[in-house]
Amino acid sequence: MENTTPNKAPYLEMKGITKRFPGVLALDDVDFSVELGKVIALVGENGAGKSTLMKILAGVYEKDQGEIFIEGNLVDIQDPLSARNLGVRVIYQELMDIGNMDIAENIFIGREKRKGIFVDKNAMHEEAKGLLKRVALNVDTRTQVAKLSIAQRQMLEVAKALSLDAKVIIMDEPTSSLTETETKVLFGIIQRLKEDNVAVIFISHRMEEIVHISDEVAVLRDGKMVGKLAKEEIEEQRIINMMVGREISDIFAKEDAEITDIALEVKDLNTDFLKDINFHVRKGEVLGFAGLVGAGRSEVMRAVFGIDKKESGQIYIHGEKVEIKSTVDALKHGMGLVPENRKEEGLVLGMAVKENISLASLKKLSQFNFINKKQEAKLADDYIKSFQIRTPSQEQLVQNLSGGNQQKVVISKWMAMEPDILILDEPTRGIDVGAKKEIHLLMSRLAKQGVAVIMISSELPEIIGMSDRIVVMHEGRIKGEITQENASQENIMKMAIS
Amino acid sequence: MTDKTIGKQNGFTAAVKRAVKSSSFNIFIVLLLMSIAMYIVSKPFRSIDNVLSIARNFSTYAITGIGVSMVIIAGGIDLSLGSVFGFAGVIACMGMVNLGWAVFPSILLGLAAGAAFGLFNGMLVVRAKLPPFIATLGTLSIARSLCYILTEGYPVTGVPTTFLFLGQGYITGIPTPIWMMIIVAIIFAVFLNNTITGRRIYALGGNEEATRISGININRVKLLAYTLCSLLAGFAGIITASKLGVGQPTAGQGFELDAIAAVVIGGASLDGGEGTVTGTILGAAIMGVLRNALVLLSIKSHWQSLIIGFVIIIAVTADQLKKSRGK
Repeated sequence: MENTTPNKAPYLEMKGITKRFPGVLALDDVDFSVELGKVIALVGENGAGKSTLMKILAGVYEKDQGEIFIEGNLVDIQDPLSARNLGVRVIYQELMDIGNMDIAENIFIGREKRKGIFVDKNAMHEEAKGLLKRVALNVDTRTQVAKLSIAQRQMLEVAKALSLDAKVIIMDEPTSSLTETETKVLFGIIQRLKEDNVAVIFISHRMEEIVHISDEVAVLRDGKMVGKLAKEEIEEQRIINMMVGREISDIFAKEDAEITDIALEVKDLNTDFLKDINFHVRKGEVLGFAGLVGAGRSEVMRAVFGIDKKESGQIYIHGEKVEIKSTVDALKHGMGLVPENRKEEGLVLGMAVKENISLASLKKLSQFNFINKKQEAKLADDYIKSFQIRTPSQEQLVQNLSGGNQQKVVISKWMAMEPDILILDEPTRGIDVGAKKEIHLLMSRLAKQGVAVIMISSELPEIIGMSDRIVVMHEGRIKGEITQENASQENIMKMAIS
Repeated sequence: MTDKTIGKQNGFTAAVKRAVKSSSFNIFIVLLLMSIAMYIVSKPFRSIDNVLSIARNFSTYAITGIGVSMVIIAGGIDLSLGSVFGFAGVIACMGMVNLGWAVFPSILLGLAAGAAFGLFNGMLVVRAKLPPFIATLGTLSIARSLCYILTEGYPVTGVPTTFLFLGQGYITGIPTPIWMMIIVAIIFAVFLNNTITGRRIYALGGNEEATRISGININRVKLLAYTLCSLLAGFAGIITASKLGVGQPTAGQGFELDAIAAVVIGGASLDGGEGTVTGTILGAAIMGVLRNALVLLSIKSHWQSLIIGFVIIIAVTADQLKKSRGK
């Protein structure tokens, strides 16, 4: 291997990239460049635009504006295939291999080597062996992929990228499912890729890894590139300060409410993912759950609400120990849950607004199993009016409503059930500013009425503005608790990522 | 329009408007056009006797269809109902002939036998978590085999003549099976539209996860849907046994196809969440008129199944097209 000094001019340049999704400006005039033989870390909060930027580079999304250059030449990346042909390769978080096929077959899938009309297995295995060596994966090329560990499968993805002559390899949170030793091995490979003059774009939330492996850090915030740090400037605190720093002004602040007795207490909750979860929430309180996507916040709520199985742990409601084995039990004890994905878990899209609103309170609206349709219509009407749900009629199918109005229907459903404890999982995600404020106002009003509110949110200003206390989670554990007075975006983020 | 948010629609014109807008209206038009066409081309079609005979024949399809429509609305499927239909008929007849029971208790015995298979199907789906297609396919085979085992393959003969009233009798000039269909239709239309359980069946088929998170015991709803489905299939089987005057171990073979077709033609979606009793009855009527027309037009029986197969495919295709346009 001749030791050429890495090319100093950027190999790949993205200039003025803009991408709009309905209602959101996902990327706003973003510049981004990578050099061969370097590792650049791309960081930012959830929703900052990292994935969108990389998907544009990989040809999954089309950009609205902007240009991409490779070695100074303007290129047109229309689809994943053209990205691949230009030497750009993504290794996704969820692995894309085919478990029941062997290593060589996976590497050469779709471009099998041939001898006449037959697949030339020997040639494929021969070349696969060489590739495995380059990524330090020491297994037989005839091994079934399903038998490999996740780390090994990631190595395999890298090998596949190399066989495609990739010049730019994008790794999207590659270490999120790896053990410490596996991570070390992966870093060894990244080191080797650098020596092979490959550019690596590394997306991660783990600060120590970023500090350790990167030659450069690029920080995205709310779809804008806020800055770049060179090798000698890379420092954990500095990165965090760049990541956060959004204005809190457009967020509704929770009004004062009388905080009284403990409504819900969870003790020593464990599942296959969650470890030693302990927390409580009081009447009139809003308890925020902060953390990165995948930290286990929704999983806690699903376990508490009886959707997922618990391995161990106790739940106390108003001081009394209760068994919650199913959602039926959860409702019986006065709990409501506005789930994370309103379309998949919150609504019956093909049913009317009215029927969705009444779904969790049918018993209250009926005598001898017969629904009192007048009462039901009145209930729906009350919520449509007081909550300003924009719908032509209560008979309208929910699927025809906008996202914000759909979310209001989900929340109405739970308000109608009159819960003592209401859990809201990302209640304002993907909702316009107006509807967002209304939802904040509503949560505040509920707390005033003495409801104990738990809110999961990935938006730090929302968490800080709305919560009396904030629980921060990281990788299935509770990392700590912060009161509202002490909360800042910086200290929450710091807890959430390390 | 100031009063838009309130679903107030009273009066005759509003009722007509609602009927025209409902999905059943299209099916009704199809049925009407088919009947008019047959009225023009076929003289025997025009007689009242023929009309009543068509209705008597499709009433068993409609009753079974109403049963399976509940499973389909809940997002499942039941392929076993033809066998359960036969089994319930055989058991009811054996109650009278072999056990010497009176007519009414024997009918109840047959109904219980049908419902038991529904409960079995439901348990396989809910507890063993089998896909409904596989679970009920197994039951299809088991129930049919039990018919043969119990009867050794011979029809159960010698039922009391009072039993024949259910399938062959008339009340105020209209065949008893038609009355039975009307009663079943009213009960289950009210059940699906006005009770909590009915609403939950629709919600379950529309979105199982959202229904579960809304604190609804979805397993119980599923069990009930399968049980009611088999109960009604059994009832139709008993009516048919009465019509035939014997407990035929082969009765209801291939019946699932016609019943499910009636439901789908009637506007139910195999994805769940949609379907009505009215639609199912209209769907069964279309199947009835179609079969009658094929006979009256002297189309060879070998060809009849072929034509019916195509009608089912066309109905489902139309449903799919409607959906993809809606998206």
